[in-house]
Amino acid sequence: MSDSLAGLLQISLAVALLAALRIPVGDYLAHVYTSPRHLAPERLVYRLCGVDPDREQTAAGYLRGVLAFSLLSVLALYGLQRLQNWLPLAAGMGPVAPGTAWNTAVSFVTNTNWQTYSGESTMGHLTQMAGLTVQNFLSAAIGMAVAIALVRGLIRRRTEQVGNVWVDLTRTALRVLLPFAFAAALLLAAGGVVQNLSGLTAHTTLDGGSQLLPGGPIASQEAIKELGTNGGGPYNANSAHPFENPTAWTNLLEVLLLLLIPVSLTRTFGTMLARSGAGTRRHGLALLAAMGIVYGLVLAGVTAAEAAGRGTAAQAAGAAMEGKEVRFGEWASALFAASTTATSTGAVNSAHDSFTAFGGGLALFNMLLGEITPGGAGSGLYGILVVAMLTVFLGGLMIGRTPEYLGKRIGGREIKLIALYILATPALVLVLTGIAMALPSTRDAMANGGIHGFTEVLYAYASTANNNGSAFGGLNAGTPFLSLTTGLAMLFGRFLPIVLVLALAGALARQQPSPVTAGTLPTDRPLFVGMLTATILIVTGLTFFPALALGPIAEGLS
Amino acid sequence: MPDPTAPPRAGGPRRPSDAHPRPAPSLFGPRALAAQLPSALRKLDPRTMVRTPVMFVVLVGSVLTTVSALLEPSVFAWVTTLWLWATVLFANLAEAVAEGRGRAQADALRRTRTETTARLLRGGTETPVPAARLAVGDLVVCEAGDVIPSDGDVVEGVASVDESAVTGESAPVIRESGGDRCAVTGGTRVLSDRIVVRITAEPGATFLDRMIALVEGADRQKTPNEIALSALLASLTIIFLLAVVTLQPFAAYAGQPQPVLVLVALLVCLIPTTIGALLSAIGIAGMDRLVRRNVLAMSGRAVEAAGNIDTLLLDKTGTITLGNRQAHELLPVGSVAEAELASAALLASAADETPEGRSIGALCRTRRLPAAPPSGGVATLDGAGGTPVPFSAETRMSGMDLAGGRRIRKGAGSAVRRWVEENGGRYDPAVVPLVDAVSAQGGTPLVVAEADGAAARVLGVVHLKDVVKPGLRERFDRLRAMGIRTVMVTGDNPRTARAIAEEAGVDDFLAEATPQDKLDLIRREQEGGRLVAMTGDGTNDAPALAQADVGVAMNSGTSAAKEAGNMVDLDSDPTKLIEIVEIGKQLLITRGALTTFSVANDVAKYFAIIPAMFSGIAGYEGLARLNVMGLAGPESAILSAVVFNALIIVALIPLALRGVAYRAAGAARMLRRNLLVYGAGGLVAPFAGIALIDLVVSRIPGLV
Repeated sequence: MSDSLAGLLQISLAVALLAALRIPVGDYLAHVYTSPRHLAPERLVYRLCGVDPDREQTAAGYLRGVLAFSLLSVLALYGLQRLQNWLPLAAGMGPVAPGTAWNTAVSFVTNTNWQTYSGESTMGHLTQMAGLTVQNFLSAAIGMAVAIALVRGLIRRRTEQVGNVWVDLTRTALRVLLPFAFAAALLLAAGGVVQNLSGLTAHTTLDGGSQLLPGGPIASQEAIKELGTNGGGPYNANSAHPFENPTAWTNLLEVLLLLLIPVSLTRTFGTMLARSGAGTRRHGLALLAAMGIVYGLVLAGVTAAEAAGRGTAAQAAGAAMEGKEVRFGEWASALFAASTTATSTGAVNSAHDSFTAFGGGLALFNMLLGEITPGGAGSGLYGILVVAMLTVFLGGLMIGRTPEYLGKRIGGREIKLIALYILATPALVLVLTGIAMALPSTRDAMANGGIHGFTEVLYAYASTANNNGSAFGGLNAGTPFLSLTTGLAMLFGRFLPIVLVLALAGALARQQPSPVTAGTLPTDRPLFVGMLTATILIVTGLTFFPALALGPIAEGLS
Repeated sequence: MPDPTAPPRAGGPRRPSDAHPRPAPSLFGPRALAAQLPSALRKLDPRTMVRTPVMFVVLVGSVLTTVSALLEPSVFAWVTTLWLWATVLFANLAEAVAEGRGRAQADALRRTRTETTARLLRGGTETPVPAARLAVGDLVVCEAGDVIPSDGDVVEGVASVDESAVTGESAPVIRESGGDRCAVTGGTRVLSDRIVVRITAEPGATFLDRMIALVEGADRQKTPNEIALSALLASLTIIFLLAVVTLQPFAAYAGQPQPVLVLVALLVCLIPTTIGALLSAIGIAGMDRLVRRNVLAMSGRAVEAAGNIDTLLLDKTGTITLGNRQAHELLPVGSVAEAELASAALLASAADETPEGRSIGALCRTRRLPAAPPSGGVATLDGAGGTPVPFSAETRMSGMDLAGGRRIRKGAGSAVRRWVEENGGRYDPAVVPLVDAVSAQGGTPLVVAEADGAAARVLGVVHLKDVVKPGLRERFDRLRAMGIRTVMVTGDNPRTARAIAEEAGVDDFLAEATPQDKLDLIRREQEGGRLVAMTGDGTNDAPALAQADVGVAMNSGTSAAKEAGNMVDLDSDPTKLIEIVEIGKQLLITRGALTTFSVANDVAKYFAIIPAMFSGIAGYEGLARLNVMGLAGPESAILSAVVFNALIIVALIPLALRGVAYRAAGAARMLRRNLLVYGAGGLVAPFAGIALIDLVVSRIPGLV
């Protein structure tokens, strides 16, 4: 079977499986977030935390919950890392250095999973399981809860309430992520992913040498790592490591897992709209279509760039295979790269640094889009909803009406929040990259000079500010400056948008929707999908064109 | 109710539907632009400029480049600086031109506002006082030839008034005490008779004062949508500011820091200057379009709301139907001949000079019925010894008592029945189905009966029909295409109302409506999230006018109505609401189209400027391949983009003032068209424009 045929088969299989799973998973999620019943274990959680699950919160209350919970998570994770040598299951690891511990705590709480350390030589089993893996669940749950709060804002009328954050978090964790991850872990373990609590074991490598490799509860971490669009693996090599991702089959499964929740949430959105009468399932489908078009374009671009390599001669010599696992090849590496950067996951099965200029540049561009195609768990949905409302604003004006999305008017207050949302992450990326490039210390942290070196720095901030977490490599991200600023990028890149989204949810929930007439801009039709796609591409393209021109574009054209 | 005595407007000089309303002097020509140059220069004041953040950034950039050009002079630096200043100036020019039109109108209005002396009536004596000293509640006397000193209501007398100073309409109108035609406007002139007016406006706050302030845009405030759009433009400006500022360390890393001049040029090209420059002009021009259609909007907010209207309430009488009903057919009962009925109906209406009465004669003539009397009917009949019995609300009948003792009556079915039975007759049951049939068709049945010595008897029914104005159905279809629901409001019974509603093509109707019903309907619609527009002129319309999102008061109406509405139609043409809605939509479309155009333009500018900035650096030569326009050199590329950016503002001033062509169509079709023209057009046009400008600019000696 030729590479292209195998690659196309893998892509079609992934698409077919996603299409089959989207409807049941999406509808199940809608049920989880709308059902009035509490399960027994949930009631136990509420009683332990002293929460009244039937009392809803205002957007501000919801936000306070999200922020307080995340702050506690950062502190707990920081403490766990610093004290791991005193705790059981340390596997011989000492305390994590303060800079790394801060960066890692922020990284896992913000669903970024940017790693400035090698997992296997820094984190003990307890830190991995009770700290990082728990955050893999909770940070994903936060994103999904915020997205649902925004959906409620769009659906509800004349209310201050957008839901109860504790109920949303608990249900997401207990009813969605845990069972899904459990099933996924079983499948991964069946596919050959390691699951044990052993220390170092000796393995014979392909070239006959012997290597000591640590084991660990890999399959269980791997499942939520992809499912929650987290991306932080127990091994430094991430999903390129044979213990994390041994075969083409597990590779496909992992790609599927990282796309599953963001894609299904568009169905959840449509179903919740249809049930409340605020819209139809087509609205969710329209969002998915725009996500799919952009994702497809990027995937095609990365694949073409990688499969073509740097010219025929280099291709014949296997140059485009640099940094890629032989067992995956160019197509599966491109599929994984496009998917991981499109979903804010950041897991990698190949070194993006070694991609061609355009291939790596597209992975970078994919993150700069704001992680909305289809984006992270929850963050993808709320991100694309904000861009959809921006699209509606411009489109609505062009048909001569005050713009409205699902009957909710996009007035002064709403557009200010939307504009700030659109502004926040690019500002972080540009300003921090600008400062970093102006500082001589950054040059020392760069392994490569020239154009590629700049791309590495830009990639680092794009990845952290957009909470992706994948690394381009080639940059020593552990320097004090980079560790601090990437931490800030992750923190603000996560919570500024969340603050704005919840404020938007509150503003929308208060409104009385206006009815749909022939004069309303249809937001569930191909025309709108086209506009939304164009807005996504043009807003990002215009913002980052100069920076990209000096990075991957200059490199690729020379 | 519209003023029935007002002259018909059909042949008037300014029909609202005219393709060219009040002709505006050419304002797009170079001479008109040059005339506004001084006020454009005055607007360079930073305190004024800061109100438009986008253009303020350009102003700051221009100052920076001037400094840099002074420090390191070159042809390129000076030419670019010049064009950056031109960009600011062009933006101010757009606003000045838009304001200039309003100012010209305000000046014309001011000329009519002469210092008048009022004849203050106090305790039965008249004292002359300056009009400016009149307080609310004062009574003044106005006689033929007097200018009415201030706004007020007529409390005594009837007069014909020339309101051309305010409305531009030269035919006089009748103003009388009581009812809905009592309001007079300060600055208009009494032509005949004497009236006593109670002043209702504070000095300096009269209708004319407000009108001057409005057309001048003196206290123009940003409308909600303008605020929203400004916020978006400001954030786009910040994004581009960041993109350009952070470009410097990147460029330094690449080995070639960029001159301030080039960075400013890039910034100015990227930020949405096109829409930033034209935004206020669009708003002013929108108000101006209304004024030229003789509608005064009390705020820009109301104009904008007009574009969002979901439901339109229209009074039946005067708006949907002609003010008066017309005889449509004669339905004799039993053995009565049509000619006999016609003759009786004519006699009964002989003294009836209302259009309804006259229409019976007209019907007989068209049907060639023999009984048509000679013209000048009343006098002739009077000569024959007839006594007209006028209509009274009590009897609900009118008619004629002839000299020979024959008495003829026409009126509502129940009233005539009583009369017939009182006069010993039998009310023929065959009439009932006829009456019902007429009602069912939306007509008004007028039963005709006679008593000639013997028992009274019914002769038949005259079918009076509401005449739906021609062309309305098409207009309602247009509204429906825009997504606007029309509701007809009438005092008629539901059956009649339904028939007329069907004929006119409105979506719904409210029958037997009281003012309270109207108010309730508006509230109900608004609770459903709909925006409601309505017209009204009576005092009892005032609450509904105030409640409606867009309330258009007729100038012929009471001052209470005018106070309650947020627009006044000087032509008192209720169908103008449709045009107001269109102008409101056009305003938003123009803003959206130019924003899209502005942002789409950036793509081409990047392709011009980025290769110019960086393709000279070793290792970055590949960027030269982005120079798809084949621009001559880095300097001419940057300058061409700046020149294009400045010229496009001037080129689009006419569009901003005129508004994007508006055609009533469904949202999707309109969107597709505007996206194609302004989105795709905005992507492509600058590639051609910049390449053409480069051909000229690259010939500037010493540029490179």
